Amino acid sequence: MLNNLPQIPLSDWVNSFTSWLTSTFSFIFNPIRNQFGDFMSWTADLLASIPAIIVIILVAVLAFFISGKRIGLSVFSIIGLLLIYNQGLWSELMYTFTLVLISSLLSVIIGVPIGILMSKSKVAETIILPVLDFMQTMPAFVYLIPAVAFFSIGMVPGVFASLIFATPPTVRFTNLGIRQVSTELVEAAEAFGSTGAQRLFKVELPMAKGTIMAGINQTVMLALSMVVIASMIGAPGLGRPVLSALQRAQAGPGFVAGISIVILAIIIDRITQNIYKSK
Amino acid sequence: MPVIEVKNLSKVFGKNTKQSLKLLDDGKTKDEILKQTGDTVGVNRASFEVEAGEIFVIMGLSGSGKSTLIRLINRLIEPTEGSVMIDGENLATMNKENLRRVRREKLSMVFQKFGLFPFRTILENAEYGLEVQGMPKAERAEKAKKALELVGLGDYIQQYPDQLSGGMQQRVGLARALANDPEVLLMDEAFSALDPLIRKDMQDELLELQQSMKKTIIFITHDLDEALRIGDRIALMKDGSIVQIGTPEDILVNPANDYVERFVEDVDRSKVLTAENIMRRPETINIEKHGPRVALERMREEGLSSIYVTDNKRNLKGYVTADDASIARKKEIRDIKEILKTDVPTVERDKPMNEIIEIIYDSPVPIAVVEEGKLVGIIIRGSVLAALAGESEVRLNAE
Repeated sequence: MLNNLPQIPLSDWVNSFTSWLTSTFSFIFNPIRNQFGDFMSWTADLLASIPAIIVIILVAVLAFFISGKRIGLSVFSIIGLLLIYNQGLWSELMYTFTLVLISSLLSVIIGVPIGILMSKSKVAETIILPVLDFMQTMPAFVYLIPAVAFFSIGMVPGVFASLIFATPPTVRFTNLGIRQVSTELVEAAEAFGSTGAQRLFKVELPMAKGTIMAGINQTVMLALSMVVIASMIGAPGLGRPVLSALQRAQAGPGFVAGISIVILAIIIDRITQNIYKSK
Repeated sequence: MPVIEVKNLSKVFGKNTKQSLKLLDDGKTKDEILKQTGDTVGVNRASFEVEAGEIFVIMGLSGSGKSTLIRLINRLIEPTEGSVMIDGENLATMNKENLRRVRREKLSMVFQKFGLFPFRTILENAEYGLEVQGMPKAERAEKAKKALELVGLGDYIQQYPDQLSGGMQQRVGLARALANDPEVLLMDEAFSALDPLIRKDMQDELLELQQSMKKTIIFITHDLDEALRIGDRIALMKDGSIVQIGTPEDILVNPANDYVERFVEDVDRSKVLTAENIMRRPETINIEKHGPRVALERMREEGLSSIYVTDNKRNLKGYVTADDASIARKKEIRDIKEILKTDVPTVERDKPMNEIIEIIYDSPVPIAVVEEGKLVGIIIRGSVLAALAGESEVRLNAE
């Protein structure tokens, strides 16, 4: 009986919707693809043009101060980065870093205000929460398809897919952080005659800072995990050797590229964690 | 002229507020309304006036609506009905901008758990109220410092709240409230989170500050001892309604209903009642007219073992004991002055009872209550015990 029901042409609808978006908004997508793509390549090239040894020293110094003048993270950074350099993956590393940096920045710029909106409005929260669930549970590969349709191949669609995949934690944690501010502090802000903006910037955001930073840390990690996936649509970086090793069933190169991603992940994670833990 | 006039102020939490208010008019109880409409009555038609310079205590157990009531006064909670007049303006209906102005200039609040901003220094915390008004940095720092010095924290301005003890943190809360020099201080269980000894210190300090500040203070507490100690007047709340408003003595001595009476049963009366409340009319003899014989006679009539001696103007001269008087009669001494004892234990009318207990414990004779040297009453051990037990024979004025 169930077989007699006609199939709903859901995939056709999505297809035509995507084509419609692509053709209608090409005047937006195309300049973004060109300008933004140029900007990203330029940034990555700029980073790659700095001598590796200087980058390694800078990272080590940053790690030293940000982890409360302890030596561990610095030592790890130096050894890890030297290993990546030694394996000839330095320029890939710079591309990956650029991709992560730009998409994380965009995620934060978009995510924090949405989180604030959610925390202030019950209606906004009810609408946005399921959207976030959708964004996070949909397999990340699926985002690559419209990304390619809109932005062709390269870094820009990678950033687009990463944005959708990695922004939710920042939104969620911002919302949570602000809602968790104790009623008494909110009342104190109100009782002394704060305006809405004063309450937000002088009390709520400073109080929620730790939680928001935890969300940003998650976002950065998710953006990094998009790197391999984004290589499928031609985004340069450490994902590419992983992908090609996979296609040719070469365990060695796959492991080397994989371990490089892990090293980068650990350094970024520890540094961002220490930012939100320090007062 | 009252500073704050609260009239028929009500708060119903829920969706059927109009219906619930009507039911309140019909005299339905909080529980009945909850059953019928699903609404919770927070505050039911509270009306009172607070005079300038007065400490007005709103007291009740948890769930009595006192915290809601204080938040209705500065509209942290929107009133469902009623008015809060401050300087001729109705706070309950004014627009947001005016409300902000009134909160900035006229009302400050001190919170139970202090409500300090942990990421700000003590000075920055105390500055907050001035900062949101847009006062320049130097000016507001100066005012905040003065307020902090007033509460004895002048040396701690660069510390953070978590570096201070609870008592000190609440001083910061108080300084923050005082820094914008408000007309009215709202204190929400301000000392309840402190341990008992610190709490008493803070009460003393508040009373001391109040001597010089003369602010109008609305103070919320669930602790009747605290209410009786600091309140000029007390409003007792139950189930969202004010059941009695009066001075501490009024409430203790003339409880308006069973609820209040049960409430005050457990009070440590020794802290509240004074000599005046427990003294009795004295039996005396006149030093100029009476001799040992009359003294003995009167003591026998009244069943006393000693009697106070005054002059024509009721100035206290001393006392004689029954033993001395009977010896004097045998020896045929006529002049009472020869057996007069002058080591009289005396107290003033307003001596608190807990201090009287210490005196009466060592005293062989009743304590004399004097006013400018004149005997106005005596206190016997029996009346102290009766008062401690909360018996109704305690009178306001023992004439």
